[in-house]
Amino acid sequence: MFEATPRNTQDLRREKLVRLLFLMMTALLVLPVLIILTVLVVKGSPAISWEFLTGEPTNGMTAGGIFPALVGTIWLVVVALVVSLPIGVAAALYLSEYAPDNALTRAINLAIINLAGVPSIVHALFGVGAFVLFFEFGTSILAASLTLAVMSLPVVIVSTREAMQSVPKAFREACWNMGATRWQTIRQVVLPNSISGILTGVILEVSRTAGETAPIMFTGAAFFLPFLPQSVFDQTMALSLHLFVISTQVPNVPEALPFGVALVLILMVLLMNALSITFRTWLRRKKKW
Amino acid sequence: MKRSAGDDRRDRAWYVDKAVATLVFLGGISAIVFIIGIFVFISREGMGFLTDHFSFSDMFGSIRWAPTSDNNPTYGILALLAGTASVTGLAMLIAVPFSLGAAIYIAEFAKGRTRETLKILVEMLAAIPSVVWGFIGLTLMNPLIIQTFNVPLGLCVLNSGIILGLMAAPIMTTIAEDALKAVPDQYREAAEAMGATKWQVTWRVVLPAARQGLLAAVLLGVGRGFGETMAVLMASGHSINLPTSPFDSVRALTATIAAELGETAVGEPHYQVLFTLGILLFAVTFIINLTADLIVKGVRKK
Amino acid sequence: MVAPAPTSASAATEPEISVRDLTIRYGDHVALKGATLEVHPNEIFGIIGPANSGKTSFLKVLNRMDVFNRGMSFTGDVQVGGKDVRAWRNLFALRRQIGVVFPLPVGLPLTVYDNVAFAPRLAGIRDKSTLDGIVERCLRRAALWDEVKDRLKALGSLLSGGQQQRLTIARALSQEPRVLLLDEFSIAVDPVTTMRIEDVLKELKEEMTIVLVTNLVQQARRLADRTAFFLMGECVTVAPTEELFGPHAEERARDYVEGRFG
Repeated sequence: MFEATPRNTQDLRREKLVRLLFLMMTALLVLPVLIILTVLVVKGSPAISWEFLTGEPTNGMTAGGIFPALVGTIWLVVVALVVSLPIGVAAALYLSEYAPDNALTRAINLAIINLAGVPSIVHALFGVGAFVLFFEFGTSILAASLTLAVMSLPVVIVSTREAMQSVPKAFREACWNMGATRWQTIRQVVLPNSISGILTGVILEVSRTAGETAPIMFTGAAFFLPFLPQSVFDQTMALSLHLFVISTQVPNVPEALPFGVALVLILMVLLMNALSITFRTWLRRKKKW
Repeated sequence: MKRSAGDDRRDRAWYVDKAVATLVFLGGISAIVFIIGIFVFISREGMGFLTDHFSFSDMFGSIRWAPTSDNNPTYGILALLAGTASVTGLAMLIAVPFSLGAAIYIAEFAKGRTRETLKILVEMLAAIPSVVWGFIGLTLMNPLIIQTFNVPLGLCVLNSGIILGLMAAPIMTTIAEDALKAVPDQYREAAEAMGATKWQVTWRVVLPAARQGLLAAVLLGVGRGFGETMAVLMASGHSINLPTSPFDSVRALTATIAAELGETAVGEPHYQVLFTLGILLFAVTFIINLTADLIVKGVRKK
Repeated sequence: MVAPAPTSASAATEPEISVRDLTIRYGDHVALKGATLEVHPNEIFGIIGPANSGKTSFLKVLNRMDVFNRGMSFTGDVQVGGKDVRAWRNLFALRRQIGVVFPLPVGLPLTVYDNVAFAPRLAGIRDKSTLDGIVERCLRRAALWDEVKDRLKALGSLLSGGQQQRLTIARALSQEPRVLLLDEFSIAVDPVTTMRIEDVLKELKEEMTIVLVTNLVQQARRLADRTAFFLMGECVTVAPTEELFGPHAEERARDYVEGRFG
């Protein structure tokens, strides 16, 4: 297969070239992150100010702040989390601790993969058909958050399950042999050692739901809203939708404004990802066995 | 504290354990419930179109998409399909080589700190929300394309294609990297012992062995590109036609739904046909994900 | 295979463990076939034999750990403390009465204190001073107290292998079990510690019944009152230990004990 001769200079030169080629390909892939961030910072920071973050939009959305949109995004993210976290952790527990190796389990895993791959607009359609219309929640934070919750379920399940499965089986058997029930074992050994996975899943979910637009567009987020939402049955503004509308449908907007919104959004998202990465590295150092 | 054999009583812990097992099972099947639910509810809204107005040749054979026309509404989606296909196709053309190249570099060549940094950067790329990508397409790529290629409008297939490529790249890179890492070290060591350079080892041994995982990575990237909504909506323009050049404006399936749903009234044919498009999108991405999963399962069994 | 008729007075009382025609399967594979034996109260009952003879599977059935292994099933009559293990309605209560020590040391990722307090807490004991007493007593008997008495808050999973094994023994003792099952407990333990634990076992048999699976034939000789010889999924013979090691032992047992195979 290979000539059993010592490496010659031609091979080495080719090796160096190939290495360089792949390095460049990788660079071209990851450079855009830095470029985008730089552009957004340069063009968007003129708009950023305390008033921008705490004030309301004025002048037909062409000036003022983004406070209602920020508040709305927080509403949506929190409600979605409250719904998806218990279901996601329960599902992960089932898959990790209870599920036998049968067709149902394979079906569940397939469903999770597919749920993760459903296009965001299809989630929006589902949200309209199910939560807005069938369950009659109307266009509301509730409908939009439930749509987001279903969308981000896979993220919570996968990261929690991975953490749980990394707890060695021997610990569980030791507890069972002492007469502990499955739940007692989970509560005292498995769950405390899976918090890392749960938190990672939470951070990732928050980061995704904060940036999504399509699923909330027709289920509860709106653009021109004079009041802040008072309950989950109200509609709300949202950062992502705000960016979409002012960059495509509102004329005469000063350049810095949409860039400012985009900057706030991307900083929120990147910061949360950085948090989850730091958290993971910190945890990897604190070995418990 | 010696207990006799008579201590066989079902205590609170026993009942709690059973209750938890049930709750947890419900959580477990929730994923199946939701996937089926998605299909059921979008079908429910779109069913009216399928039973009353649907004609296969009209839909899949015509480029005339005019659901709002008063006297003769038509639902030809050929142009929309072409829009999706062209944008996704271009995105894959750009992204696949770069993603695979990056995956090879990260998995085979990069070490320690460099590798960690690169992986983090790829994760960051994946985290950028689609509306921000669309915004970039609108404000950055648009003028860039107009200037570089001397065309009147920069919202086109090329714009969307590049953006979509960058959006699909992270998932392809990650899965491809997993596939490469799954190749056992013994293969590499055996080749190196015979005097091969790192690149020769990669090209002749690792890549062929990871073939199926790489294919799955590409499939998942296609699925991602196919289903993307906001970025394509904002960057590909608004003309509904068959593209003849990368500088043509097109409209994708996903973007059509997003752009038009707000204008429809619940229950009318236009509303229903958009849901039907949703069923189509759901089915296609389901098949893509299923195929990719089957391929990966085949790899794991080895 | 039928066990020989009881020869001592103590055997006239109810056996602690009674097994009749026990067959254990993993799917189609038969791990143990038609085993019949009795374990008397307050004795150390040894089980020796080469690997894959069904010894560990046998232990698993006694405390119904088979329910955690989906492919595992068994037929036959198994009684612990006079009650059929299949008739127990609360299997967790059954397991609380049986202590188990495995070959591989397992320190739970809890503090040393919580490791040993785990089982008493399961039994409902909350009072701190009572727990303190139990923890100290069990750690002393497991020959671990001196090494950890100042670090009761250390993580059990980060102790050394030999310490984790003794921690496992302390946990089993904290259950105050009626039966203690030991499965090759000395594999990961140094000889000195092994000796100390063997001394403890000799004392413990006054309070409980002990089943000792071991691949160290001499260990069985030192500790067991009666010993069973398992070979390739069969309980070949059960006899008072001295007999098993003597000239009149069953032929295959004698071969194994004299090192001709295994």
